[in-house]
Amino acid sequence: MTATDTPTHQDNGSTPMSERQRQRLGAESVTLAYEQRVIARDLSVEIPDHSFTVIVGPNACGKSTLLRALSRMLKPAEGRVLLDGQSIHSMPAKKVARTLGLLPQSSVAPDGITVADLVARGRYPHQGLLRQWSPEDERIVQESMESTGVAELADRFVDELSGGQRQRVWIAMALAQQTPLLLLDEPTTYLDIQHQIDVLDLCAELHETQGRTLVAVLHDLNHAARYATHLIAVRGGEVVAEGPPSEVVTADLVERVFGLRCQVIDDPETGTPLVVPAGRQARARRPAPGRTPALQK
Amino acid sequence: MTTKTLRGGGLSVRYAPRAALVVLGLLLAALALSVVLVGSGDFPMTPAEVLDTLLGNGTPVQEFAVTELRLPRVLVALLVGAALALGGAVFQSISRNPLGSPDVIGFGQGASVGALTVIVLFQGSAVATALGAVGGGVLTGVVIYLLAWKRGVHGYRLVLVGIGAAAMLTSVIHYLITKASLVDATRATLWMTGSLEGRDWTQFWPLLAVSCVLVPLVLGHGRALRMLEMGDDAAYALGVKVERTRIVLMASAVLLVAVATSAAGPIVFVSLSAPQLARRLTRAPGPNLAASAVMGSALLLGADWIATNAFGDRRLPVGVVTGVLGGCYLLWLLVSERRAGRI
Repeated sequence: MTATDTPTHQDNGSTPMSERQRQRLGAESVTLAYEQRVIARDLSVEIPDHSFTVIVGPNACGKSTLLRALSRMLKPAEGRVLLDGQSIHSMPAKKVARTLGLLPQSSVAPDGITVADLVARGRYPHQGLLRQWSPEDERIVQESMESTGVAELADRFVDELSGGQRQRVWIAMALAQQTPLLLLDEPTTYLDIQHQIDVLDLCAELHETQGRTLVAVLHDLNHAARYATHLIAVRGGEVVAEGPPSEVVTADLVERVFGLRCQVIDDPETGTPLVVPAGRQARARRPAPGRTPALQK
Repeated sequence: MTTKTLRGGGLSVRYAPRAALVVLGLLLAALALSVVLVGSGDFPMTPAEVLDTLLGNGTPVQEFAVTELRLPRVLVALLVGAALALGGAVFQSISRNPLGSPDVIGFGQGASVGALTVIVLFQGSAVATALGAVGGGVLTGVVIYLLAWKRGVHGYRLVLVGIGAAAMLTSVIHYLITKASLVDATRATLWMTGSLEGRDWTQFWPLLAVSCVLVPLVLGHGRALRMLEMGDDAAYALGVKVERTRIVLMASAVLLVAVATSAAGPIVFVSLSAPQLARRLTRAPGPNLAASAVMGSALLLGADWIATNAFGDRRLPVGVVTGVLGGCYLLWLLVSERRAGRI
């Protein structure tokens, strides 16, 4: 598996990141903007290899934008995103797609496509006009469906499936791409609670058993704290804190990032931090920090 | 799995057996219709005689009727049908909407304005008219693309902008006809109906040249187009050069439609219906480009046969038949889309 490849980097002495071992994927002082609207300025972030990194933050904090930049979909106005030491935007599209996979927030399953055919599309970056389907493609598609538990649905139509099953199929397609890095943009949105946990369990399993580097944007801080090995907290386009959830998730940080007063206790199941929002009365006694001018951007 | 693979020497091609059969069947149907059409007219010939003549064993009269009069017309129909349908398949796929077809979103009308401008304002020759049609179609394509572009082209924007453009261009067409002298107006109206009458080798060669370049180009981008149907983000993630693929395909489709229109006039509804009919036959997801193209040829030849034979001595322009057939299809499409809650 290519996840164990150790790329060689030429560290650039002028960047603050050079002291650390350069990771495979990172953003180097990027300014992210949609046309004139700047979302983040001079943002630097590195994704630790083989981690399950989760990016959290309030709505419109720039976390999805950051993920879009890391996945090559948004070109930074300034700075660059580095993949294996190379600027991702100067690399050939298919080459990036063989290293870096992405599960977008919204994809459209074409009418009348079967599960197996949709998963098979994940092989696209490995194929060419005259090399469309190798026995290896066949095997990888089968493995991807098995590891996501959709192998028995192979001949079903995607539009007949439930939301949770469909999300598993999309994940299977991303897996079939066989990329050592996989980015997931809010993979649990629109799913009910058991399917959310189901998808996150699947991600954790893929991370542990296949050694892939996973980067996900998640809304639910408790999910993030439970599943992530590395957490990046973003607010107003800035990284407020990063590190293992047990160090990062504190009552103070939650208040700073989300403007929510809370207690952080140990999750009785996993021992990971669990955020318990303060009661209504407790919050009413003092003005909510989110509304104080100091925290308004 | 619904697909099979052909392998050899490290190369492999993936195909759906049903889709391949559909393509083959439609191709045979189109060829059979061609033979029948070559044989029908004031000087009828049996299919066997037609084939014999094509092989060079006909009498001089048969030879003349076939190679000088009827064969070019049928070949023009084959290519025009394929070009219109391929253009339609590309646009319907890019707009992710069965209504996002060149004849609905203004390209046909644009080509007509170009042609009519040449006929009415400059009294131009047939060649100039054809060039005017190509110019009008391409110009309309560029304008619609620019108007619909907002960080990429999106389905509904393209359809809505296109329908608006089509309405405006239609009024320009009417204006041009009111300005025309009686002779020019008759010529313009005839052109507008879309007809294969009197088409000869001078229409066929440019059409063939353009098709030889653009058809392989479009088919070669078919796999990328299939990825695009899952949304821009998903296509990006798979390494498709989204915007470049779209521009290449749209430009090719606009050119194909414009050149087809310049050869036979604005034959309506082939672009709209052929891709959808092909899809229903192949039952395969994706743009079904090859099946659409042969379906377009078969449809146009079928319509031409109806136009020349179904009404006794009265030969109708083929555009009238495709208009009537396509109108019924459009109604059915609107009703079924409405039932599915999509419009």
